[in-house]
Amino acid sequence: MTSLVLAAAPVVPDFGGGSSCVRNNDFFCWQWFKDNWSDTFAPRLVEHIWLTLIALGIGFAISFAAALFAHRHGWFEFPFATLSSFLYTIPSLALFQVLVGITGLTLTTALIPLVTYTLLILFRNTLVGLQEVPEEVTEAARGMGLTRRQILWRVEMPLALPAILAGLQIAAVTVVSLATVAAFVYDHGLGSPIFDAINRGSFNTELIGAGGLAILLGIASYALFAGVQWVTTPWTRARRT
Amino acid sequence: MVTATIFSFYSDHASELVDKSIWTLKLFAAAFGLSVLIAVPIGVWLGHIHKGRFLAINLSNIGRALPSLAVIAIGIAIFGLGFLNVTVALIVIAVPVILTNAYVAVDGVDRELIEAARGMGMSGLQTLFRVELPLALPLLFAGMRTAALYVMATTPLAAVVGAPGGLGDIIANQASYRFEGVVAASLLIALLAFAVDGLFALLQRYATPRSLRGRQKYEVKGTALEAG
Repeated sequence: MTSLVLAAAPVVPDFGGGSSCVRNNDFFCWQWFKDNWSDTFAPRLVEHIWLTLIALGIGFAISFAAALFAHRHGWFEFPFATLSSFLYTIPSLALFQVLVGITGLTLTTALIPLVTYTLLILFRNTLVGLQEVPEEVTEAARGMGLTRRQILWRVEMPLALPAILAGLQIAAVTVVSLATVAAFVYDHGLGSPIFDAINRGSFNTELIGAGGLAILLGIASYALFAGVQWVTTPWTRARRT
Repeated sequence: MVTATIFSFYSDHASELVDKSIWTLKLFAAAFGLSVLIAVPIGVWLGHIHKGRFLAINLSNIGRALPSLAVIAIGIAIFGLGFLNVTVALIVIAVPVILTNAYVAVDGVDRELIEAARGMGMSGLQTLFRVELPLALPLLFAGMRTAALYVMATTPLAAVVGAPGGLGDIIANQASYRFEGVVAASLLIALLAFAVDGLFALLQRYATPRSLRGRQKYEVKGTALEAG
């Protein structure tokens, strides 16, 4: 795929047979979109959602464990934050490309950068959420006889929840966005019809169909986490107004 | 050993790298410059009249949720392949961040100071330019710096969406340029981003009134979290 896109030679448009709308490459051919929904768009959308969920799950597991560790052992914050900020500044396309040489055109190559880009956001938000729990509150909990573990799970964690969810929200939209780029090395998700459409001589219907779905997915994941925040942390609502 | 091959890549491809860097900077300048021209006046004005809060805040949230490649894909259908389309896509991505920060910066200026300025007989515009804007500058610049980094990090995508010419060509073409080429070009992008960020830090310093320098804490929390 790489060489096809980069070849400077003009690509001969190949939009297949079909209606005049498709042959003329009109702005958007609704009929083509409907006809190809079940074998082009729907599976790619599902793949995209899976890719996002897996990356988010792994990223959260790592960051959450790291944040808990850093909360207990302060020295750990600096190295982990520095490493994840450094990884965060690498252009995504470059990270995908470099990994192809190591892990090939596989799911792993797509997942490593996606997970990497969630680390900084999730680690920072979780840790800041835990650190911002007022001293008096944990003091009171200790005074009531709660153990360190109980304080963490019953007091600090609920109070850190808004920050953690906000982190998950940003991480989710970031992964949805970068997962489209991942199609460049791992031919799955909504990025793959986009690259396919470009290779076919910029086939508009496919570009708009896949691009539109990716945008909808980004906004939907944003809204989803906003909804989760709204439902799970009712006490923050009163404070905001 | 790897470092040596990266260095030799720089010397072997010097003129090509310069050309591609210039192209990348042109793309960056066009997209970022236009974004600032669009977003700063609107954000500052909305903040000045304290209206449109809902729009200004949610715009940046929606902007954050837009996948850059998807925006570029739709742009291709509208503007065709090439420089223009990528520029427009980068503007779509950068404007929300700058606009929201500009709005929050001006809107958040202490109301008592504005009252005082009014009481001294300043007109609305005088208040804006002499009181609100100077106080808003640090946060305004913070938004621009975030957007600048974001735009620079996204420029390599141009290479895979039919707008060749920049450093992304090297990053996207490992088959020809090898591992060291990808790393060398990525480092160059990071260097350009770093240089632009440094330039803005300087501008910010000179634009901030002397009496405010060093007192305002640089506010980046929650805004710098975007990847390209």
